[in-house]
Amino acid sequence: MSATTSDASASAPTPKPGPAAPRNYQFPRFERRTLPNGVQLVVAPVSKLPLVTVLAIVEAGAAAEPRNKLGVAALTARLLLEGAAGLDGVALADRFERIGASVEAHADWDVASVSLTALSTQLPDALALVRDLLRAPTFPEREVQRLKEERLADLLQQLAEPRGLADEQFAHAVYDATARYASPEEGDAANVRALTRDDVQAFYSARYKPGGTTLVFAGDLTMATAAALTESLFGDWTGVRPPAAPKGVDASRQGRLVRVVAKADAPQSELRVGHQGLPRSTPDYFDAMVMNAVLGGLFSSRINLNLREAHGYTYGASSAFDWRRSAGPFVVQTAVKSEVTGAAVQEILTEIERMRIAPISEDELTLATSYLDGVFPIRYETTAAIATALANMVIHSLPEDYYDTYRSEVRAVTTDGVLRAAQRHLHPEQLRIVVVGDPAMVAAPVEAVTGVPSEIVMADSGGSPI
Amino acid sequence: MRIPIETFQLPNGLLVVLSEDHTAPLVAVNLWYHVGSANERPGRTGFAHLFEHMLFQGSANVGSNEHFELIQRAGGTLNGSTWLDRTNYYETVPSNQLELTLWLEANRMGHLLPAMTQQKLDTQRDVVQNERRWSMDNQPYGTWWERLPALAYPADHPFHHSLIGSMADLDAARLEDIAHFFSMYYTPDNAVLSIAGDFEPAEARTMIERHFGAIPRGAGKPSLPEMSLPATFGGPLREVVPDDVMLPRLFMAFRSPVFGSAAYYAASVCSAVLGLKKGSRLHRSLVRDQQVAAEATAFTYDLAKGADLLVVDVTARPETSVDKLEHTVNAEIDRLLLDGVTDDEVRRAVTLMETDLVAVLQSAGDRADRLSMFATYFGDPALVNVQTEQYRAVTRDQVNTFVQERLVPDNRASLLYVPREQSELPLQDDLAMAEAP
Repeated sequence: MSATTSDASASAPTPKPGPAAPRNYQFPRFERRTLPNGVQLVVAPVSKLPLVTVLAIVEAGAAAEPRNKLGVAALTARLLLEGAAGLDGVALADRFERIGASVEAHADWDVASVSLTALSTQLPDALALVRDLLRAPTFPEREVQRLKEERLADLLQQLAEPRGLADEQFAHAVYDATARYASPEEGDAANVRALTRDDVQAFYSARYKPGGTTLVFAGDLTMATAAALTESLFGDWTGVRPPAAPKGVDASRQGRLVRVVAKADAPQSELRVGHQGLPRSTPDYFDAMVMNAVLGGLFSSRINLNLREAHGYTYGASSAFDWRRSAGPFVVQTAVKSEVTGAAVQEILTEIERMRIAPISEDELTLATSYLDGVFPIRYETTAAIATALANMVIHSLPEDYYDTYRSEVRAVTTDGVLRAAQRHLHPEQLRIVVVGDPAMVAAPVEAVTGVPSEIVMADSGGSPI
Repeated sequence: MRIPIETFQLPNGLLVVLSEDHTAPLVAVNLWYHVGSANERPGRTGFAHLFEHMLFQGSANVGSNEHFELIQRAGGTLNGSTWLDRTNYYETVPSNQLELTLWLEANRMGHLLPAMTQQKLDTQRDVVQNERRWSMDNQPYGTWWERLPALAYPADHPFHHSLIGSMADLDAARLEDIAHFFSMYYTPDNAVLSIAGDFEPAEARTMIERHFGAIPRGAGKPSLPEMSLPATFGGPLREVVPDDVMLPRLFMAFRSPVFGSAAYYAASVCSAVLGLKKGSRLHRSLVRDQQVAAEATAFTYDLAKGADLLVVDVTARPETSVDKLEHTVNAEIDRLLLDGVTDDEVRRAVTLMETDLVAVLQSAGDRADRLSMFATYFGDPALVNVQTEQYRAVTRDQVNTFVQERLVPDNRASLLYVPREQSELPLQDDLAMAEAP
């Protein structure tokens, strides 16, 4: 190549510079307060731009659903925006949008949340609307039916969408049929079809209570403003904190499994490899998180460098713990060219095993820890990110100084700690392997590398073999 | 909302934009090269993007994948992206790592070629071909990314061909192409470097001069062919794609004024009236009232040269037939032509966009990217500070002028995805009625 190199090579490249002295960073200061009726407030004044994000967190997540009403948490949350306090869905959308406010409502596994971002001048009007939809939703029958239909349309779409399909089938493969985590967060088609307006009303009445509600404010406002607004809008709301979600939402299946979800002629295989992971409250959270960063949490992680950069099997490969109150999944995910599916699974198994048999190098450790340490301020540039962090503190009962000690906790992780976490929390004999792909091309090779016979299922089977 | 902006140019032509903000100890570095898929030569579709991947494979003093590792070890985030008319590379790092980041960018701008090998090219070709499978070939509707521009731009237009490239053209890419593309387009006079965040401008300037100063100016890049196009397609365009999908989906594109022009802002407001959030016309009518659609949105491509596209994107509900979907969307656009937009609709759209314009300035990376964009397209990064005013100045009459000129039946390009089983039914005959002449 040197013959065609431009003149630039004539002038020598400049030497690599070292870092300057680091500047201090503090996670935004915040204050907490609880109103007499139990509504909690977390307020982080950040005045860089005239913007405020409010996250209203309610103890109404999918894990708390009655066993025979799966999907009701998500449907209830979405319906909050479809009618409240004498306004229909059109009028509500109109009120928010006229003041330039963005509002969204959804339920995840642990909580339901309404998120609002608005210019700070519009906060009083916007928050009054949030009050209406949290305290006086009307759940119009027509909108109940429409949102059910839209969810069913999503589910239908997913049958042809390999990534969503792989996630859904992986959950079925990991969790016991009785576990809430086995089914989609928003419920499957049979669940959703069966839901009624009464179910929504009942779930709302049981779970949307001031005692289980937290309002997180981040942005251009003061504690005094936030407290005054909250007291006037939510102070006279009554109701105690609803009971915690039942146990057993994370009951898992045992042993190795290989399941191929048939997609004939697929040019790529969507792969999910993993098992039940850990609850967010695990005492060795930092060891487990750093271990995962080295394994597959970073671009420069073992799994990505192996599958993408060394082998060119994929556009990207990663691993993650899905941190929930109960034990969400640990999963390695990637999409590989169909022809190399067996080889890719083999590399993933090898990398998981390698984490358990020998300590990682100092170099790998510091790559992960200096990344997690250094990137910390970059994660909290926006009011939405700060509010989300504070909401997580509330949802997972993290200590008040969690974000102040986070970086030193990361730096304190050792190669021994990582090895211990790998040995405790990675279970090669429990790996559940789901492949959405062409069975003719992938079933035999995956069987060959795992020593486990492949079950072949159809996309709409809900996880039962054909 | 005004952000501070300082601009200077190195003797080699590199345009530098600085925007100081000391709220947090972090800094964003953002480089735009004024080259994209539009600059590719025949037989090399996808090359600009493949080349972007090669820029992460090391340079004279940086090993393979070391760029990623050095930035992540420094506690930074990074990536790059390729678009029809530009390619960008960006990092956000703790502010004490600014010089390392500038050095990495300068090293690959000035000294890339010694690190290029056949093996690296072969691996990245595999990676990109997997990216194509992942984002397009194995994804429902995924091919719209290449089919819509192919339908909406004439065959000889630089925006017509695929950005990600065909498998055959990717296979054809060679090391010689790397050297050629590099010397042609990756030169300081074809780039804008923006820095936003926590830094001292005088220090930053010294660092930039130190690391970028000796990189020679390019020999000049070949000019693109004439790109301007008539205001409309001159007749309806239509393509039906039977695909592995469960629900029909219609992408309807309208030829639209180029990004940054006075008429662009009216077009952008029109797209928000049509499809931004739940209060928009399409959502209210198609999703909520008539319940024929599961989703309905609209957006503009924001291309600054030739002609832009306004796109309406509507996915059918399961019980909605293909022809009903197409008919209903056309009827909705016809209604807009007939009634025009109201002051209220314009106000709703502009108010929402104002909040977005503030929100996007929160992160240093986004600020730097906007500065590079305005500097690259218009030579004036300070345009970032007048966007709110530009939107506020849009009147109902301007939007209605746009509607009357551009939303006419002769300016609709319909890309219609149809589930494969349905496409085998006699339904094709009904569809043919709306076929282009």
